[in-house]
Parts: sequence; structure tokens; C-alpha cells
Amino acid sequence: MSADSAGAPVLAARSLCLERGGRELFHDLSFDICAGQLWQIEGANGAGKTSLLRILCGLSRYGFDGQVERHVPLLYLGHQSALKALLTPRENLAFHVSGDSRYEDEKIESALSRVGLYGYEDVASHTLSAGQHRRVNLARLLLSDAPLWLLDEPFTAIDKAGVEELEALLVSQVAAGGSVVMTSHQTLNVDCDVRFLNLTTGLVA
Amino acid sequence: MWPIFHKFGSPPWLYSISGAILRWLLPITLIALITGAIWGLLFTPAENVQGNSYRIIYIHVPAAVVALAGYYVMALAGAVSLIWRMKMADVAMKAAAPVGAAFTFIALFTGAVWGKPTWGTWWVWDARITSMLVLLFLYLGVVALYEAFDNKEAAGKACAVLSLVGMVNIPIIYKSVDWWYSLHQGASIKFTGETSIHSSMLYPLLLMIAAFYALFTCCLLLNMRAELLQREQRTQWVRKLIDKEVVN
Amino acid sequence: MTAPGAGQFCMRLLRRQLLLAVRRPLEIGNPLLFFAMVVSLFPLGLGPSPQTLADFAPGVLWITALLSNLLTSDAVFRSDFDDGSLEQLLLAPQPLYLSVLAYIGAHWITTGLLLAIVSPVFALMLNLPGQGIAALMASLLIGTALLSLIGGIGAALTVGLKRGGMLISLLILPLYMPVLIFGTAAVQAAVTGFPAGPYLAILGAMLCLAIALAPVAMAAGLRISIDA
Repeated sequence: MSADSAGAPVLAARSLCLERGGRELFHDLSFDICAGQLWQIEGANGAGKTSLLRILCGLSRYGFDGQVERHVPLLYLGHQSALKALLTPRENLAFHVSGDSRYEDEKIESALSRVGLYGYEDVASHTLSAGQHRRVNLARLLLSDAPLWLLDEPFTAIDKAGVEELEALLVSQVAAGGSVVMTSHQTLNVDCDVRFLNLTTGLVA
Repeated sequence: MWPIFHKFGSPPWLYSISGAILRWLLPITLIALITGAIWGLLFTPAENVQGNSYRIIYIHVPAAVVALAGYYVMALAGAVSLIWRMKMADVAMKAAAPVGAAFTFIALFTGAVWGKPTWGTWWVWDARITSMLVLLFLYLGVVALYEAFDNKEAAGKACAVLSLVGMVNIPIIYKSVDWWYSLHQGASIKFTGETSIHSSMLYPLLLMIAAFYALFTCCLLLNMRAELLQREQRTQWVRKLIDKEVVN
Repeated sequence: MTAPGAGQFCMRLLRRQLLLAVRRPLEIGNPLLFFAMVVSLFPLGLGPSPQTLADFAPGVLWITALLSNLLTSDAVFRSDFDDGSLEQLLLAPQPLYLSVLAYIGAHWITTGLLLAIVSPVFALMLNLPGQGIAALMASLLIGTALLSLIGGIGAALTVGLKRGGMLISLLILPLYMPVLIFGTAAVQAAVTGFPAGPYLAILGAMLCLAIALAPVAMAAGLRISIDA
């Protein structure tokens, strides 16, 4: 399916089947995600986008058939922000539970200012809005050096300027040889190839 | 790799084989239970001290033995389901919990009934009774945890972990309760001493223990079949089965 | 940049959990307050006679410590589950075994350790003879760590459930029993003039076993709860 890809596969899915409540969400789904690719998973609500992403990252271990092979470290952004309300954005990034490396203070500061949180570094996160929580996670994308990003609806609650920044981030990740898999209903306005995986129709394009 | 192992993973095969086993096992169990009960109640001598009241031993001891073994059956099924992800082991574990709890309750209840004429009280905090009570709590914990999950697959896995934790803990709990009791017992009468049992009383007891094991297996299989039908209610083979039943 | 080693990551988690606890001091104070209040119920129920209270003191103090530990167990992973941090933790490349140990370590420091430190005050209020106080503190120090580990298993298994509070007590109270038995025995032995050492040694042995096995069960429980 991705025979034209340049890089080596970083994530391989083999004949994935998922059934929920007696309904088959997808059947015999196989694909390779290679370095330098941007994948967008589409599908109606309840088509199994989030479930597929959770299977790909390894959070779902039971209840599906098939294999997932991953060869590189990943960064996963789920529906929830994974931010502690009692910690400041700076502390949230410095003490992040995802096992990222220890970031220096200047790096965190510059990342936070790049996502528009300059001046918010040291206020408790519970005073920030939902969109700002999202932006702290964008700062995680900036800081991280994980070659594979799995993003679940990353555009939720983000304003227009933020969407553009995120799209620029995706492009730079792909340009640097990284890979992105994301779910979204939005049409991406990016300057690179986007592969589509439609769960409703089962088409890979 | 192992054909038999794969067959165990197939619900229709398990359903049919358990049906075949039950066809033989149920009558055998019934005969053994009735024989053992009549033998124990009518054809054994009365005990020197306790008279006839000791005869409750023919229910009490087998129930207690099987209740304890049942926990290990449940935990092993849980381990199989976790390690080899075998869904049928999940079914076995889920089915074993209420059966085991029932046997534990029978053991506790008959123990209390036996205690009244023998020790003059319904309940003593004796090491064995306390351990059995803890065992009942462990069983009920598994049942409660299973019921609390909406996602039954996750429920099975969680219960498997819990029953394994319980299995590690049972010897520790038993030993510590035993030790605790011997610390507090002081110079009073030893309720659970090593008493030798006359062979005329022993043989019916052994028969009853075997019968209770068979009874446990029957209950487990029946419960598993019910669970199988419920889980697989939307599949072809269950529909066919129902159609056949309706025609008959 | 590479991911930090397991030990470094553990220290980071420990610092994070402690910082979170310090930011919400009420969460640290509540179990201690609960301990104080329940202890003060016993003289009302048993009568104020100093001798009766002294007789019951080891058991009363230990049961109260056990209950206050039980009440806080539910919260070990709860907030991380609710805000999605737990998903991130499970995806971390470092071993989950050590990560959950860090969580339990932080839980013990903010509950059991503090409880053991303040316990002499309540021991005196219940008229526990002076020679029992050292044994009480030592047994609480080891015993509450055990309780935290066992409680963590229950918390990991029930964290995905909306109402885990009552269920977690059903699951873990039977497992608490050996700890209670040897904890009170240590105090009672010290009060009656026998060495408390053997009982503390048994508690220590159980702690070693729990440190080895409980994180495995917790890690499995967390993965199941996240999957559900």
C-alpha cells in the first residue's frame, strides 16, 4: 500500500480487526507507516479512529486481532491533556510522566513562548483555558525528539493561529524524517504529502 | 502447536465437550453423593464424645476442602487467561468464583451448626474458621470486581490479577491467622487438634470428598456453559443451537 | 537527547508526586485528622477507664492506621487516570514496575511515614505503656509501606471504575489482615516485655515480598484499567 514510500517502516500494522459491541469497526487492516510520512485517519464518529490510535500506540492490548510492530520511540497525544492542574506549565513539562528526557529551563521557556504561552510559564495550570492546555502539549511536540507522533484530534479547542502553527510543526516533523499519524475531521492545509486512511470506507490512499 | 489447546479456545467445542462430560458426570456425582450421605449417616458408628452430631462432617469437611481447591482452580484459570490470552480460561475463572463462594459459605454454615452442640457457640474465632471467612471475602471480592466492570473482557483480566494476588496471599493469611490464634488461644481447649479418625468413618468421608469435587466440577461446567451462551449469543453456533432447541 | 534512565525517571516521578501533595496540603492533613478523630471515638465507645484503653490501644491504633491508609489508597492513581497522565505513564519507555514503586513511595511518605511519626501522641492519649511506643512506631513504619503497596493493587484494579471507593475496600481488606496481625503483635509483645524484633522481622519479610510482587500486579492492573 505504501510501496512508494522512501523511508523504512517505523510502524507496521498487520491484519488489524476490531469489534465493539458486536459491530465490526475495521477488518483486516494492514499498513506500513514509514519515516517522513504524514497519515491522517478519517472516519465518521464511532468509526474507531481513537481505538485504532490506541491500538497503534500500545494502550489497547486486548480485544482486537492482529499485530502492531513499532520500531521507534513515540509521542502520543490523547483526548486528555495529561496536565496537572496544580502544576505550572513549566513544571508539567519538566516532570512529564511520559518518560521524555529532562529539558533545560531555557528550552522549556522558548517552547512555551513559541506556542504563545509567554508569561504563563509559572501560573498554575488550572487557571489556563482548554485551548491553552492544548498549547502546552504543542510545546511538548516542540521539545520532543520522538520520531513518531500519534495525535488524537490535535486541533480540538485550538484557535486559528494555533492550527497554522501546528500544521507548520507537522510539516517540519515530516521534513526532518519523522512520521505523524493523526485523527482529524479537518482538511489539513500542509505543504507535504498526506496519506489518508478512511475507516468508514476502508480505503487507504 | 498444541491442537488440544487450540480446541479449548473454541467455544462450540468447549460447549459440546462439556455437555458430553456432564452427561456422565452428573449421574455419577448424584450416585456418589447419595451413597456417601447414606453411608455416613446410617452405617457409621456414633462418635464417642460428640454422638451423632459429628455426622455433619460429611458435608462440612468436603465443602471446605473443595472451597479451598476451587480458589486455586480460579487463580490458575486466571493465570492461563493472562498468559495465553485464552478467552475460555476467562470463562472458567468467572464461573468458578460464585461456585467457590457457595462452597465456602456451606463450609462456614455447617461449621457454625456443628459448633453449637460441640462447643456451645455458633462462632469462635478459630484459625480455620477465620481463614475460611477470609477465603469467602476473597471470592466475593472477585465477584464484586467482575460485576463492577462494564467491559467484560477487562473484567476478566482484572479478576485474574486479583485472584493471582489472592493465591499468593492465601498461604500467608492462613499462616498468620493460624499463628495469631495460637498466640491468643492460651490454655483453653484445642478445637482443631490432630484427632485420628477411625477407618469406618474415614471411607465415607473420602467418598464424600470425591463426590464434592465432582459436584464442584459439575457446577463449574454448568456455569461455564451458561456464560458461554451469554457471551456468544450473537454467533452462528448459538443461534443454530437455539433453533434446534425450539424445534425439539 | 535520549530518554532518562529508569532510576532518574523514578526520582522525577517521586518529586512530582510529592510536589503535587505539597500543593494540596489538605490531602496530607486529612488522613492524619481522620486518624485523630477515629482514635478519639474509641474512648467514647469503650469507656474512659485507662486500663481498658491501654489493653485495646495496640489494636485500636493499628486498625485506625489501616483504615486511614485504606481511605487514601483510592487516590493514588485516580487523578492521573482522570487527566490522562496515566496513559502517558504507560507509554513511557521506562519500566512501569519502577514507576509504580515511585508512586507508592510518594504515597507512603505522605501518609504512612507521617502517621508513624505522629502516632506516639495518640498512643499516649490511649494510655499505651511507654515501652510499646518504639515498637508502635517501627511497626507502623514498615506496616504502612506494606499497606500502601497492597492498597496500590486495589487502586490499580479499580481506577477505571466510576465508583471504586467501596469496592477497593472489599478487595484489599482481606489482604491487609496479616499486616494487622503482626503489627499489633509487635506492639503487644513490647508492652508485655517481650522483644518486638521477631514480629518486625516478619513484617520486613512481607514488605520485601510485597516490593517484589505488588508492582507487577499494579502494572498489570493499570494496563487493564487503561484498556477498559
